[in-house]
Amino acid sequence: MPISTRMKLDMLRTMVLARQFEDSLTLLCREPGKIAGMMILATGQEAVGAGVCAVLNADDVIITNHRSHHHLLARGADPKALMAEIFGRRTGCNKGKSGTLHLAVPEVNALCTTTVVGAGLPIAAGLGFAQQYESRDAVTVCFFGDGSTGEGSFHESLNLAGLWRLPVIFVCENNRYAGAQSYAEHTPVASLAARASAYGMPGESVDGNDAPAIAEATLRARERALAGEGPTLIECMTYRWHGHGEADRQRYQPADEIAAWKKKCPIERLAKALREAGELTDAELAGLWAEAAAIVADAVRYAEESPWPAPEEALDDVWVV
Amino acid sequence: MQKLGMGQAINQALREEMQRDPRVFLAGEGIGVSINDSPMLPTAGLIDAFGPRRVKDTPVSEAAIAGLAVGAAAAGLRPVVEVMFNPFFTLASDMIVNHAAKLRYLSGGKTSFPLVVRVKSGAGFGAGCQHSHNLEAWVAHCPGLKVVMPATPRDAKGLLKSAIRDDNPVVFIEDMGLYFVPAEVPDGDDTIPIGKADVKRPGRDVTIVTWSKMLGVALEAAARLAERGVEVEVVDLRTLTPLDTDAILTSVRKTGRLVVLHEATRTGGFAGEIAALVMEKAFADLKAPLRRVTGPDIPVPASPPLEKFYIPDADQVVAAIEEIL
Repeated sequence: MPISTRMKLDMLRTMVLARQFEDSLTLLCREPGKIAGMMILATGQEAVGAGVCAVLNADDVIITNHRSHHHLLARGADPKALMAEIFGRRTGCNKGKSGTLHLAVPEVNALCTTTVVGAGLPIAAGLGFAQQYESRDAVTVCFFGDGSTGEGSFHESLNLAGLWRLPVIFVCENNRYAGAQSYAEHTPVASLAARASAYGMPGESVDGNDAPAIAEATLRARERALAGEGPTLIECMTYRWHGHGEADRQRYQPADEIAAWKKKCPIERLAKALREAGELTDAELAGLWAEAAAIVADAVRYAEESPWPAPEEALDDVWVV
Repeated sequence: MQKLGMGQAINQALREEMQRDPRVFLAGEGIGVSINDSPMLPTAGLIDAFGPRRVKDTPVSEAAIAGLAVGAAAAGLRPVVEVMFNPFFTLASDMIVNHAAKLRYLSGGKTSFPLVVRVKSGAGFGAGCQHSHNLEAWVAHCPGLKVVMPATPRDAKGLLKSAIRDDNPVVFIEDMGLYFVPAEVPDGDDTIPIGKADVKRPGRDVTIVTWSKMLGVALEAAARLAERGVEVEVVDLRTLTPLDTDAILTSVRKTGRLVVLHEATRTGGFAGEIAALVMEKAFADLKAPLRRVTGPDIPVPASPPLEKFYIPDADQVVAAIEEIL
């Protein structure tokens, strides 16, 4: 199925929102006392969340990782609830228990999020198993980085999912860095997609800055999963513009490499294609940015005005009582 | 009333819960088709009764097994997965400790993880320390996990039913030595609440707090001491988390003397937690210092005389009680 203009425009809107959201966090996290903890962003990788989520149904489930904002926004999570959680406020989507790193948004079927590298994969197998067990017309998408593929959980999960033909789409967001290690420093093979063959599933490497191409690959994988043919590994080749976290000064990332990838910005790329196709005017594009800026400003205001949790609320939510 | 080994009692609980709730499924290594076809084992015959859709033999893949449980539980199923031997818990532990236990909290209470991890445990079968290592204190140290360690077939059946119906993750630790010891189990849907200890023998002179296979050792010591007129009260915790502190304190306040008995090694063992509880809450009631009887701080050895040396026995319990009488 070709990706419609309407879907492309939606993807563009989603990417612009994610960029605005994370650019605001880049600034906010530098303000002393504003946001506690680490700040881990996916700036430049927005096409992955936008492209994958564009073709999911409401019943589909995603599980993401520490670099999750663009996935969750693409899935339709409320920016105010996300921002309030990042600010540690009671009104946050997880009442301040998570912070930015493990945002869970069950309202959009992001039932849980894990920062333990590679740990989303076995859980994705379980989420997909539940869909298969109950013959649900739905799939599970697992987002993980290239660093995850060094974990044993990658092998165990793809093996089990391949063996049981689970309806899981494993989306490797290959941003070329795992912490301070470049891809070649942590993986001896050129393609992670090639590893799929070891688990009896197709593997496809796609341009990770091309949202419509990612959407098409996801659609193929989704149809395959729903047909009972099992999982697919999609490797999205992209790049981490920022450091592992915002405090990281990126001394190990060559400046010319960063500059070259910024020229491949997924937002500019899709906007250009739509403009050239006569589907988007400059004014409309400016409108998307203005709309996103307003949403993010509103979210930040909401977060800043929200109350802190009372200290003893730390005791809540461990158990189902 | 039927007489069943603990394995058979667990088998009945699994069977009845699977019949009651179609969301319950089992997964693990060799739980369907097993290299050991003894009818005394917990999962014997279940694949014939429920088929491979609900009784999932997995690859040797502990992280995936535990992750399967976490994901399936989040999505609304009621997984019961098996860790073949307690030491292999380490391979599954990221999914259990970092995920099953924490993801509900991280979600702000929005997602729940109703899963059971059955762990086969206990020394006494000559396999050595990579198949025998009681790790209940590790698990009890993780908020978000309930920890159940039954000592009798009846308790095992009733507690497993409660565990499967519980909306929290439960680590259910079974001592394999108990699989083959028959005892009476009531017919029907006999559930036992998680978090309630059980006084298995009343007495006025000294309290033994214990759990799992060591209950038998405690009762043997109590019987021997009774011949000499010493009345030992044996409190079977059955559950480490949540801990029935009332039952411990009530007994210790009555007897004024305490021995805590477990098979796990001594340092950092759960006996220390019970000792601390009693010192904080019932110090004035103690007539003598408390004693711990535990495995020594060594890995479980394989050779029969060495393994016998490792496992606490009634002689050690009697000696500990004699010290504080």
